Amino acid sequence: MRSDNAFSRRDAVVCRDVGKTWAAGTSRAHEALRDVNLDVKPGEFVVLLGPSGCGKSTLLYLIAGLEEATEGIINAFGTPVTAPSSDRSLIFQESSLYPWLTVWENVAFGLSIRGAGVKERRAAALQALRNVGLVAAMDKRPDELSGGMRQRVAVARALAMRPKVLLMDEPFAALDVQTRQKMQDFLLTIWRESGASVIFVTHHIDEAVALSDRVVVFTSRPGQIKTIVDNPLPRPRDPFSPEAESLRRHLTALLRDEVDRAFAEQEALGG
Amino acid sequence: MTSAEPEPKAHQAARGSRRLLSRPVFQVSERLSGKLASLGWGIASISLFALIWELFWLLGWADPRLLPPPHIFLGDIPNQLQYFNTSSRWAVGSAQTEAPSEMQSLMTTVVSTVARVIAGLAIASVLAVSVGVLARYYRLLDRLTMPTVTLLSSVSPIAWLPVAVFLFGIGNGPAIFMVVITLFFHMVLATVTQIDNVPANMIQVARTMGATKRQVYLRVIIPAILPPMLMVLRLNMFAAWMVVLVAETTGVGYGLGQIIMLARNTFNPSLVFFTIALIGMLGFATDYTLRLLQSRVLFWLPEKGARRAI
Repeated sequence: MRSDNAFSRRDAVVCRDVGKTWAAGTSRAHEALRDVNLDVKPGEFVVLLGPSGCGKSTLLYLIAGLEEATEGIINAFGTPVTAPSSDRSLIFQESSLYPWLTVWENVAFGLSIRGAGVKERRAAALQALRNVGLVAAMDKRPDELSGGMRQRVAVARALAMRPKVLLMDEPFAALDVQTRQKMQDFLLTIWRESGASVIFVTHHIDEAVALSDRVVVFTSRPGQIKTIVDNPLPRPRDPFSPEAESLRRHLTALLRDEVDRAFAEQEALGG
Repeated sequence: MTSAEPEPKAHQAARGSRRLLSRPVFQVSERLSGKLASLGWGIASISLFALIWELFWLLGWADPRLLPPPHIFLGDIPNQLQYFNTSSRWAVGSAQTEAPSEMQSLMTTVVSTVARVIAGLAIASVLAVSVGVLARYYRLLDRLTMPTVTLLSSVSPIAWLPVAVFLFGIGNGPAIFMVVITLFFHMVLATVTQIDNVPANMIQVARTMGATKRQVYLRVIIPAILPPMLMVLRLNMFAAWMVVLVAETTGVGYGLGQIIMLARNTFNPSLVFFTIALIGMLGFATDYTLRLLQSRVLFWLPEKGARRAI
């Protein structure tokens, strides 16, 4: 399944033999990622699926440019990733909105960093909030919003930067099931309209089935790509179709080995 | 069934309009009753304590010459006020009639002590927050200062007392220095801890949007540490009150510390307890002021959370 194209300008993100070892060279060295090869096309929705602690979030941080890979190269649109860029917006599980700013000020935070004027900031914030259906809440503070609304503001904040790649680290994990499903539909709409690539980290198989074009399944300790599974289900998707069911079963089987292994390791540590 | 049907609707409408109308009134009265309740509990708490003390006196367990109960030392206030008149103690040869009135002397004493607390607290917080933030900003500064700061934060204020006198002689200088030096090291450590506690996500988000290190500090870290630092400030305000009395036992002309020293030297328990009561009230008042300041400055904190933090 792994595509072995040479570096291509057309790829949104290219990872070549990427590895990451935390605290490298010390006695506490811990290998989080090894030999990751991954190409993400512009406009593609890729889900990174794996058990907790398998390094999938680490890969996201490396792509974001927040951390540096110890092995290999990451390119975004043909240029090596060395630092964070507003081309690649990151959205976390906890919304990480700034509680001292209003909703619209949060959304326009990136623009104010660039030194944009109030008018421009307000206009951009309004546009982004319109996309997520939260214009009415623009003058509220994050604490006055529900968890789902806060995540929509976080998405609006990312969109306001007009990113080419949206990096999402379990963004809906803290939400209840109903809200999560709503948010998934909402994200798909946003994704279609913006044309950005999405790299989405989750450990929920249902989420992977509902959202992805491709699912990258990770093994743990160190995190490696076990396999990449194409998701051919036509959109809009029916989560109860036999095809969805069989894909779910396939992914479950792939993950089960990993979870079993992780458990065995934890038990060995605990004993 | 048919007769009952319109009723709920009417009910609903009535309830709706009543809710709309009465909501602000309800909130105000709730807030007011909350304040009254806390005032009531405050009075109850102090009364209980005073009552036990009085009981001990009644039973003869508390010697009124050593532990005069509230009704004695409070009743003795008019008699004790003369000791606040510093001119009669310090300016030898000046007649009592030339000196400021007793109330004026009391005010001078109280104001000068409060001013020392506030000045010390303000200088210590500004210095400590600056050093803490700069230490986290510049690694070299961090490595050079933190070991010394940690080392010195366990030194008792008593040990700084001679240093204060060596450096500043007598007057306001040593007293304020004492407050500053006692609070400074702890507040630096608190600042650094609070910076380290800023959620990593908040910083990462700013970085992905292209914020420089400077912008991360100014736009994210400093606003994020404000709420916990105001809490630290409040706790250190109590420490400032404690140390200012020690500081004032040295050669400052006036201040509550001087009164306590005078009371000790002249074996005057009524004056001691009156001063303690005074300090308690002043400490409470300054804390209350800081709390008001906190809710003003930290407008974004939800009221519930803020109240819990208090």
